[in-house]
Amino acid sequence: MGNQGKEGIEKLEYFAPKTLSEALILKGKWKAVGTFIAGGTNVIPDMRAKGLRPEVLIDLSHLKNLSYIKEEKKKIRIGSLTRISELASSKVIQKCAPILSQAAYQLGNPLVRNRATIGGNLADASPAADTAVPLLVLEAVVVAESDGRKRRQIPIDQFFTGQNRTALRRGEMIKEIIFPKPNSNAKMGYSKLGLRNAMAVSVVSVAILIDMDGNRCRKARIGLGAVAPTPMRANRIEEILTGREITKGLIEDCSIEVMKEISPITDIRATEDYRRQMTSILLRRVIEQVTS
Amino acid sequence: MTVKFIKKHSLKISVNGEWKKTEVAPGETLLYTLRERLGHTEVKEGCGKGDCGACAVLLDGKAVNACLTIALQANGQKVITLKGIGTPERPHPLQESFVKHGAIQCGFCTAGMIVSAKGLLGENPHPTRGEIRRAISGNLCRCTGYTKIVDAIEETAKKLRKQ
Repeated sequence: MGNQGKEGIEKLEYFAPKTLSEALILKGKWKAVGTFIAGGTNVIPDMRAKGLRPEVLIDLSHLKNLSYIKEEKKKIRIGSLTRISELASSKVIQKCAPILSQAAYQLGNPLVRNRATIGGNLADASPAADTAVPLLVLEAVVVAESDGRKRRQIPIDQFFTGQNRTALRRGEMIKEIIFPKPNSNAKMGYSKLGLRNAMAVSVVSVAILIDMDGNRCRKARIGLGAVAPTPMRANRIEEILTGREITKGLIEDCSIEVMKEISPITDIRATEDYRRQMTSILLRRVIEQVTS
Repeated sequence: MTVKFIKKHSLKISVNGEWKKTEVAPGETLLYTLRERLGHTEVKEGCGKGDCGACAVLLDGKAVNACLTIALQANGQKVITLKGIGTPERPHPLQESFVKHGAIQCGFCTAGMIVSAKGLLGENPHPTRGEIRRAISGNLCRCTGYTKIVDAIEETAKKLRKQ
């Protein structure tokens, strides 16, 4: 909050709920006026840049028991307040879903990673949200809670509804993210292109998960970031790959087809055309990398 | 529902080992509290929006941007600033190394650099140059070109391992 002068301090109330239900009751009571803050790494810059003027801050950072990474027999469960730095260094994630730890590893910078949370990254719903792209490929489910209504399970491919917009309803907050553990022989790859090596919003990001049957692709999941209003799955490319032998020619076809499947824009970081070309190249590289 | 008043909240934090209690406005950042209310002007504001790292402090042992932390989020927690790492009377080896290597020109990024370096060495006593560069990748320096800073941190790590 800059010079921390008058802006933002005048009409502002702050609550630090100690439990999830307290947080939900507060949000239910204050409705649109109440803004959740967890790591603060989006909310606080937004107060300056986007003129976000929360009247009531509901601070989630004191909630215990929402920061965890649990490995169960068939799935992984991640609490919404888990810090990005924890995701990056988690041995469980590195072992079971390395594309997620790799994305977390490249998010922002170390100072930001020590505060930013996975729930916040998803709720902010940037088209370039780093953890969203591997989570799409992992077919994660976002568990949303609210005061008085039933817990909802939102499949991640329905979670992002537009630029910085999610399927979360008024009064809901993300409690955890769950995804099935990929097969131990699933091939996964991730690549992020940014304008520099750190503190870079993705220009294009790609995550893939391929289940092979011999040299045939049994199942393919491809996630793309920063090339559409929301993080997206490249369904058409997945169709092309499924059931086929992954040859150099097929990879080439995919890298050409993907340019038609995306809807990138020109912004301060890159042109639409550059993003299209880079998506093509990154997709080819990542498929080659995991199938070599 | 509208908010009609500003309520001041009571904040209790440990700064460099000393517990402090102060009143804070609900939306004020840890950066503001440390500098303006508690006199810790060694914590610098470079951008106020998490892009430069000049305001880095250790919060419960982790290096974070003080400008991206609402002060009340640090309630009950321990903060270490540059002065908690070393002082002119008792400099930390990092500070001595920075001086020796010429890793300080205007000095504005230095506090944040040393905090990030301290955070790194706390977690990784054997950093490679690549790991050092990564650890300070949230701290911008407009003067030095970073090489001397990396040299200083690398030498400090070696020195601390020998102790």
